[in-house]
Amino acid sequence: MSLVNQNNLMYNFSARSRRNLIILMGLGLLLILAGYLWHTFAGDHAAGHEGAAGHEDHHAGWGQRFWANLLVNGYFFGGIGLAAVFFYALHFAAQAAWSQVFLRIFSAVGTFLPIGMGIVLLVIACGDLHLHHLYHWMDADLYDKASPEYDPIIDHKEPYFNRLFFYGRLLIFMGGWIYYQYWTRKNSMQGDLLRGNDMISNWKRNIRNAAIFLVFFGFTSSVYSWDVIMSIDTHWFSTLFGWYNFAGWWIGAIIVFNMLVVHLKSRDQLEFVNPSHVHDLGKWMFAVSFLWTYLWFSQFMLIWYSNLGEEVVYYAQRWEQYRGLFWITMVVNFAFPMLVLMSRDSKRNKSFLLFTGLLIFFFHWADTFLLVMPGTVGEHWNIGGLEIGMFLFFLSFFIFWVFRALSQAPLLQKGHPFLEESLHHHI
Amino acid sequence: MAANYKTIQGIWGDEELLMNGAKQMRDAHIKVKEVFSPFPIHGLDPVIGLPRTRLAICAFIYGITGTSLAILMTWYMMVSDWPTDIGGKPSFYYYMNWPAFIPVTFELTVFCAGHGMALTYLLRNWTLPGVHEKNPDPRTTDDKFMMVIEAKEEKAAEIVSMMRASGAEEVNVI
Repeated sequence: MSLVNQNNLMYNFSARSRRNLIILMGLGLLLILAGYLWHTFAGDHAAGHEGAAGHEDHHAGWGQRFWANLLVNGYFFGGIGLAAVFFYALHFAAQAAWSQVFLRIFSAVGTFLPIGMGIVLLVIACGDLHLHHLYHWMDADLYDKASPEYDPIIDHKEPYFNRLFFYGRLLIFMGGWIYYQYWTRKNSMQGDLLRGNDMISNWKRNIRNAAIFLVFFGFTSSVYSWDVIMSIDTHWFSTLFGWYNFAGWWIGAIIVFNMLVVHLKSRDQLEFVNPSHVHDLGKWMFAVSFLWTYLWFSQFMLIWYSNLGEEVVYYAQRWEQYRGLFWITMVVNFAFPMLVLMSRDSKRNKSFLLFTGLLIFFFHWADTFLLVMPGTVGEHWNIGGLEIGMFLFFLSFFIFWVFRALSQAPLLQKGHPFLEESLHHHI
Repeated sequence: MAANYKTIQGIWGDEELLMNGAKQMRDAHIKVKEVFSPFPIHGLDPVIGLPRTRLAICAFIYGITGTSLAILMTWYMMVSDWPTDIGGKPSFYYYMNWPAFIPVTFELTVFCAGHGMALTYLLRNWTLPGVHEKNPDPRTTDDKFMMVIEAKEEKAAEIVSMMRASGAEEVNVI
């Protein structure tokens, strides 16, 4: 254990960092307010209503955009928390040794899971209260045969959108994930003191629970993404959607881990994390970027190729209204990790990791933006005060929350049988 | 080999001991010519002064060769020679149907990189059909580890004693 400096294990979330992050959150809120004022008193308010000419256009209006942005950020940052919990479980189920020095970082990012899920649930519940119109299928007229708005396709999906089943399954999914997240966090803190046989039996319990969680997560994460995001475009469906969304959360979480390691290293902490650990975490950023690109392209290519009207409408709208952002997002998220992080040396270099990580972090946020916006605000999208402010608020809140969680426990999770092996990781 | 040079072959039963022996040779500025082992010994390469592999650079070159070949092939077959109707879309230029060609491009990139690396490895090692093995002792394919050093005759005795001191079970001077 000579590699570990026992006096340098606590992360100090300084008052200055707290203050700066709170200022950033306030700046985000101010930008949202400025966006609102700009919308209300400047030109685009009138333009929005002119376009609606005659009937009420659900897609225009500041309220709709506000809720859509809340969903984008809740889903994006909540997904990062979820993927962090998944990654934590994965390393136990695989009985991985090398990553043991990172477990506290995975666990700290995972603490954002309940907040992200809470925001997603809030957005969905407010949709049912008709505070916004993100979810077309929440319109009761669609299921009423007597109504002119009757939609046989959506009516056919009524059993799936049945409120008891819908909310019931979402609560079970989120409850299961949050329960596991809470359990691992508590268990790892108590496990710090375990030695010998107690440590081994606790480790085995962790492996078993991680395996159960992974099976549960595998089924439920896809359904969660259908319910929360795919149902926005109610008529459209894609069988790859769940995996594609999952890859997006996963790469988001991996970027956050990399950034946290760079940050902690710059504060002379994590001295037990050696270049081989950093290299392997960089490989994950490289690899999961390809997973994301692969799934993005697989979904896109099949729909583009077969050219069926009811499927291609999803991409046609993105092509018509979001073309620039759509392609830039894809190209940046693919090309930058590939070209920058391909070589061994760049994965060990914190500047390269920082540059690529931050760049693709923003463009994976843009990817989530593209999941939500076309179906909810359509052509009325914009990247203005509201979008930037909301992202800034969520980002600084997320960082605040993760730093707080990091400062609650030692940065090295002890009481793990592979600790010594992980400390000597060398590739 | 000039007459005043000797080949010294030390055989160890444990790779950790051989590693220590190799470190002592490095510290004494004695060049280790080769190590034979049934499996890769982790961390040995820098100790015996092996440079980092250049196979990755080859892989990249083979990969982009595959990409270029695939683009040329799909362009010639699907656009130039016999324009193929893909989902009723126009097919006058390559860019109009590029998503359809991506899977082939990907596969050929992997194909060329994989085969190129395997062939490079076999050629560089000269492990080809009909080639005799260069391994001086068949026990190093089972459970023994051999270090080979070429040194001047007057230094041989010193190296032999160093090998024995670091745990060599057997030392042969040829």
